[in-house]
Amino acid sequence: MWTHNGTLHYGSSGTYLPVKENTAMATVTYDKASRIYPGTERPAVDALDLQIADGEFLVLVGPSGCGKSTSLRMLAGLEDVDKGSIYVGDRDVTHVQPKDRDIAMVFQSYALYPHMTVADNMGFALKIAKVDKATIRERVEAAAKILDLTEYLDRKPKALSGGQRQRVAMGRAIVRQPQVFLMDEPLSNLDAKLRVQTRTQIAALQRRLGTTTVYVTHDQVEALTMGDRIAVLKDGLLQQVGTPREMYDTPANVFVAGFIGSPAMNLSTFQVHDGFAHVGPAKVQLERETVANMTEADKGDVVLGFRPESLDRVAPNTEGAIPVEVNVVEELGSDAFVYGQLPASLAHDPSGDAVNNQGQVIVRVDPRDVPGKGDTVWVTIRPGEQHVFSAATQQRISTHPVQTAASRSLAN
Amino acid sequence: MPHITGAADPALMELPWDIPLSAWPEERIAALPRGLSRHVVRFVRHGANVLAVKETNREIAYREFQMLRELERMEAPCVHAVAVVTQRRTPGGEELSAALVTEHLAFSLPYRALFSTALRKGTLNRLIDALSVLLVRLHLNGFYWGDVSLSNALFRRDASEFSAYLVDAETGDLHERLTDGQRGYDLEIATTNIIGEILDLQANEDLDEGIDPFAIGDRLTSKYERLWAALTETETFDANVPFKVAERVRELNELGFDVGELDMLSTPDGQGLRIRPKVVDAGFHSRRLMRLTGLDVQENQARRLLNDLDEFRAVRAGHYDDEAFAAHEWLTTIFEPTVRAVPRELRGKLEPAQVFHEVLDHRWYLAESAGQDVPMPVATASYVKNVLPLRPDERAVLGRSLAEMTAELPALTDEVGTEFVPRDPFENDNTYAWGEVPAPEPGTTPPPSVRRESTRVPAPERSPLSGEIEERKRRAHDAAVAEEDEAAASEEAGF
Repeated sequence: MWTHNGTLHYGSSGTYLPVKENTAMATVTYDKASRIYPGTERPAVDALDLQIADGEFLVLVGPSGCGKSTSLRMLAGLEDVDKGSIYVGDRDVTHVQPKDRDIAMVFQSYALYPHMTVADNMGFALKIAKVDKATIRERVEAAAKILDLTEYLDRKPKALSGGQRQRVAMGRAIVRQPQVFLMDEPLSNLDAKLRVQTRTQIAALQRRLGTTTVYVTHDQVEALTMGDRIAVLKDGLLQQVGTPREMYDTPANVFVAGFIGSPAMNLSTFQVHDGFAHVGPAKVQLERETVANMTEADKGDVVLGFRPESLDRVAPNTEGAIPVEVNVVEELGSDAFVYGQLPASLAHDPSGDAVNNQGQVIVRVDPRDVPGKGDTVWVTIRPGEQHVFSAATQQRISTHPVQTAASRSLAN
Repeated sequence: MPHITGAADPALMELPWDIPLSAWPEERIAALPRGLSRHVVRFVRHGANVLAVKETNREIAYREFQMLRELERMEAPCVHAVAVVTQRRTPGGEELSAALVTEHLAFSLPYRALFSTALRKGTLNRLIDALSVLLVRLHLNGFYWGDVSLSNALFRRDASEFSAYLVDAETGDLHERLTDGQRGYDLEIATTNIIGEILDLQANEDLDEGIDPFAIGDRLTSKYERLWAALTETETFDANVPFKVAERVRELNELGFDVGELDMLSTPDGQGLRIRPKVVDAGFHSRRLMRLTGLDVQENQARRLLNDLDEFRAVRAGHYDDEAFAAHEWLTTIFEPTVRAVPRELRGKLEPAQVFHEVLDHRWYLAESAGQDVPMPVATASYVKNVLPLRPDERAVLGRSLAEMTAELPALTDEVGTEFVPRDPFENDNTYAWGEVPAPEPGTTPPPSVRRESTRVPAPERSPLSGEIEERKRRAHDAAVAEEDEAAASEEAGF
């Protein structure tokens, strides 16, 4: 019998036996799951293979139209799965109605009912599911404890602050004790300040509950700060899945490299001679394995990627220094970033569309010494901090992860 | 300068977009918020209309605007989106939220207004029925609502029923076709929300404790399922096929739907025929009435008017073989004189078609007590004198009672009700801080005096009588409620 965990069900002798909490492993498995909208050729989600561990906080991230929301809705049962299957634990839910999946979509925007107590606001939906009163009270109290709402349980929502009301709304989902929480851009209608606050709260709450959670966002910063693991999608295809640190240090292809990290990674195409990529006057030594991974189709080119923090500002006469013409300087207090341009002669661009920021460079500079607009700064590339991708396939061909100061702040 | 998209109405510029909505001057506000909203919502007087203004972020406002316009194009029952206002700034340069402007639906009622005095079970059931029809119609159009509730709909009297309209499309999505999962989930959300709303009414003793909220939730589901099945089910016939097909179409018409396209397919054995309605459009009766008379009314009102029209034709059999001619005659000799008999000051009470429906009802009661037929002009006169004045004004009911309850209760934000004090632009101006303002030097010519003139016409002063009018309305409303309860009693007695 598939009911919510913690409900009572009949034992063979006719007595009530409490079912042990969370006995089932709430893993989620997408097994080559596809969604093809009627009348379209290209799948909105294309053979998605993804395994989410029990208790994991997985973030689906990507640009708009990448299929992240569709993937989430397939799991929720709101979108049909046209090919492949989806499992929650060992149970195939591919053709199960949403309400029978033991999954809760969490809204930030639940209405609160003004005349009902906080406890009733949180628990009334359980009454619909015919959960008995004692169990409801028990679950509401447990949720209130986690949400720091215990002392408000018998008050009306009017007495609560904005943040507390939001937590009551979360409580409505928590008391259902579903196997999986789903959240689809829950922060999109909040202002910037509240968004950062709520982001932290949701992540902390999820860790305390330990309930498997799938979270959709278009915001890679949100993904990096919240997720145990991140899955990046583009055009319905899974690009890479990994911890925030893995995504940052070893992006699997040019798209992920450019998408993850803020400000974005510098990416440009350069010629390779004798194991060195030639970036104007500078030569960047590539590892032997990297060069060995190049193929005929690359025509001697590679896409090089450098994070803004992997460039050092140097004196103009330094050997191998690259000139960057400053367009904009962004000062963020502890950091400052120069948005600039390589001289036209250096911006070698054989393929054109391969990389979208050809010739544009972002450099992290000392915030106490920022150049002016129109100035030229000279930079060198820190040895070994390059990401190398095939010019033909866009896939990563360098074999080592690149660790920078910024990557240390991310979850492994 | 705010940026307004959508409205061909320059007067919209005159609204105080440089002030947060929560602090808009009282003289602009027609009433406080409706429903349980997560945003700041205000109803604003604007010329002859009332507009609903909602503050939200830019993307959401544009998205909802486009969705409402698209739904309107598909003739789904929803409010009319007027405009999106962006680039709002206070005089001090502070940025303000974008705003979505919709037109308030005239003669519509928020459910809380219907419940504000003890509500009858019959009314509640009719609201639920109206909501289930709305949900089916939206689903047929491929609209997944995502947050179905009584709060997110408005209701209009429609003969003896109600019609429901969508007011909040923020959580919605338009699809080519909805999956069963989407429909099922929408229905589940609806059930949960409605039960919550009813429990809340009961907690405030606005609703009889005897009403079972859970049964109401079931009612929505079963009504929805039945209508959905009737409109989309595939049927197989193997005998008397043309009759059966005509019968199916007639049933759909009876439910108020036109069949635009019908899929017919022979069964593999070639003996039978499978049919499935492919395109169905709501408004079968209202379209027919529109075609005959040009009257634009709601479905059940149209049904009632058409019945009267048919009766009119039957009674004068022979005179009117031509339906269109009969309709014209009915319109000019029956409908229009009845509606025109309502004095101007009572026209804000009910829509004309609703008045006509009530006159017909009234006439029935009169005839019953008199034991003979009562002519329409007599019934009209009696209705206008005895019934209508006691009805509440419903042209612009905005749920005042609810506003009092929820003004301080936005689900997410604290800003409602905050005072907005415009920043003094010279606040930190330290000029002359160390001394007096210097006197003009002797010998310089005095500054020229400028006569200032405004082209604005001053707003009319509030009539001292307005308090009295309010009081009268209140009394009339109380009386009407008492009457409704009587009507309830008679309804339960079997009428």
